[in-house]
Amino acid sequence: MPPVELLLMLLLLATAIVVARLKDLFAAAMLTGIASLLAAGLFVLMDAVDVAFTEAAVGAGVGTVLFLGALSLTSRREKQERTRILPILIVVATGAALIYGTWDMPAYGDPDAVIHHHLAPDLIAETENKIHIPNIVTAILASFRGYDTLGEVVVIFTAGVGVALLLGGLGLRRSDAGTEEES
Amino acid sequence: MYVAGMAAIVATMFLALARAANGPTVFDRILAVNMFGTKTVLLIAVAGFLTGRPEWLDLAIVYTLVNFTGTLAVLRFARFGNLARDDRKADRS
Repeated sequence: MPPVELLLMLLLLATAIVVARLKDLFAAAMLTGIASLLAAGLFVLMDAVDVAFTEAAVGAGVGTVLFLGALSLTSRREKQERTRILPILIVVATGAALIYGTWDMPAYGDPDAVIHHHLAPDLIAETENKIHIPNIVTAILASFRGYDTLGEVVVIFTAGVGVALLLGGLGLRRSDAGTEEES
Repeated sequence: MYVAGMAAIVATMFLALARAANGPTVFDRILAVNMFGTKTVLLIAVAGFLTGRPEWLDLAIVYTLVNFTGTLAVLRFARFGNLARDDRKADRS
């Protein structure tokens, strides 16, 4: 692994330990934002710019604000509790199992990995001849798996409609504010 | 040059993280997180330019926007203790 990414991983680890140890919940919410920014930086360095952007927008932007919104409904400080051993053991065991699971994965950036030899060469060679779209990613998203993308868009649209209905709609809120100012 | 730039940015990241973890006041922490966002933007810009992909600069600009909006929301929370309240009501009370 290149040294920059190693350093970023180290920073991520330090952030996680600090978040777990902090008793001030406002500071902990801020530090989760830092963790998201670090993860986004790592994803960018691994060439996954779209994933990185989602991480930065949802984790650092919306996530921090949601944490703060939840904090405004509860107290600013965590209750003092003695350190318990069992949860730490469970977390360490789960982490060790996950790390053990990565041993079977191909090395980072390995050109001989299975995923680079299964479908990718065919797609790179054939896409432009088949459907005449020069950008292969766009062709796969919008044509080869077009119905899948359509389904995703429908899910996002439904979620948006649901949120708008739960919030009561913009028109209703405006009329409420109007009557309040008149009174 | 790539190594020097990256090393400087990562070193600043360590300092910002230390300030966010220790910062005695709330505003120290907010400033540290805002600075950390700026360092992420710089990291992306440097990585883009020095690996021959200057189009990542657009990405860095959008990160700046997210960082700015997030900082505004956090500052609003620190000032009013609430995100949904009306400013005028908060001033009156």
